[in-house]
Amino acid sequence: MPDLTVRLPPALLRLFPGSEAEPTVSASTVAGIVEALDRRWPGMRDRLCDSTPAIRRHMNVFVDGERATLATPVTAHSDVFIMTAISGG
Amino acid sequence: MPARVFVLLGTKKGAFILESDSRRQNWSQKGPFCETWPINHAIADPATGTIYGAGGNEWFGPAVWKSTDLGATWTHSSAGLAYQPGEAAIQSTWSLAARGGRLYAGVQPAGLFASDDAGETWSEIGGLRAHPTAAKWQPGGAGLILHSIVTHPDDPGQIWVGISSAGVFHTGDGGKTWTPRNSGTRCDYLPEADRYPEFGQCVHCIVMAPNQPERLYQQNHCGMYRSDDGGQHWQSIEQGLPSSFGFPAVAHPRDPGTLFLMPLNGDIAGRYMPGASAAVWRTRDGGGAWQAMREGLPRHNAFFGVLRQAMAADRLEPAGVYAGTNTGTLFASADEGETWTEIARHLPPILSVETLVLAA
Repeated sequence: MPDLTVRLPPALLRLFPGSEAEPTVSASTVAGIVEALDRRWPGMRDRLCDSTPAIRRHMNVFVDGERATLATPVTAHSDVFIMTAISGG
Repeated sequence: MPARVFVLLGTKKGAFILESDSRRQNWSQKGPFCETWPINHAIADPATGTIYGAGGNEWFGPAVWKSTDLGATWTHSSAGLAYQPGEAAIQSTWSLAARGGRLYAGVQPAGLFASDDAGETWSEIGGLRAHPTAAKWQPGGAGLILHSIVTHPDDPGQIWVGISSAGVFHTGDGGKTWTPRNSGTRCDYLPEADRYPEFGQCVHCIVMAPNQPERLYQQNHCGMYRSDDGGQHWQSIEQGLPSSFGFPAVAHPRDPGTLFLMPLNGDIAGRYMPGASAAVWRTRDGGGAWQAMREGLPRHNAFFGVLRQAMAADRLEPAGVYAGTNTGTLFASADEGETWTEIARHLPPILSVETLVLAA
């Protein structure tokens, strides 16, 4: 699996002391990114995804500028941002 | 006895903690905690002093927060606090109860979870949602929420829950099987012939009388009730109250006949203090007679409400009583409701009030 850098939102970082704003993870899909983040910071999956399962309604994952789903593929060159939506909070 | 008295507030923007001594005259305030998440219910386990906050955040979903150092530091978890894939996701944690080392959590959409490791991991008490009426439960104004969890002091198998607007349900076997306990409570919002159904009542709050576990009190959307047989039958005790509508009910720490209420002016009348004049209503005889207590509360222009979990008593003698408004003011009485003082203001809307008393 490719290694890639993911940008995480400040509000998420505050929930996980010691977490990093731009961690590098090994994954081939957005779901894989979430699993990798949850392994490093247990509980992070529940903050990003609901149990249906899906990315939470007021969270956005952008891959190369497009809103993604858990199934969206990623590569080592993907530009991945996880962001809190303006509609939430 | 010297004591540290804590009032725990859940608000729309985090948890707050107020502290005083046993005189309860001067208060300090800390917060907001829990990263300003909406905290629907903050409680303390009196056995351990651990504080828990049940909440749900628009971005990050439901979780239960925990502090083992009286609010200095907090952690959060929702491990296991989920329905099965394909089912509706849990939006928020609504209510908490601690009993004998077990922590219970009520959630939206309505369900009941338990944790045996102080809130680190959770599992559903699935018997409740397996009840044959569950598919017909309808949400109230705040959604389909499980908001009241009442445990039995002597029998760990017995639990009562209140669900808006499915009614009261009881289990005697630790949650495997449940029965509706709504006999005698009415639904004014249904056609006249159907106002006493088996389930579907809009219960707002249920509490147990101290030292008399078969006695329950219930503030309903449509009336105030008492049961002396564990909720199998309910009788109206609303005569003498200014309104049949309100949200919280608070039992006295020692006297099973004493109850405190803050009725609102009516469900279609604005839902604020009757006549815009604030009062706490107290009975000393199980609801036979009611007394309005207004000393220190605003007499005019009181257009606030008090939500279902936003009123509590402490266990001191005389008992302290606390009421938090949906306009962010906390009123306190150190003399069982006779006189009141505003001890916090300008807070976010207060969603819950609970107390913790520790030896000084």
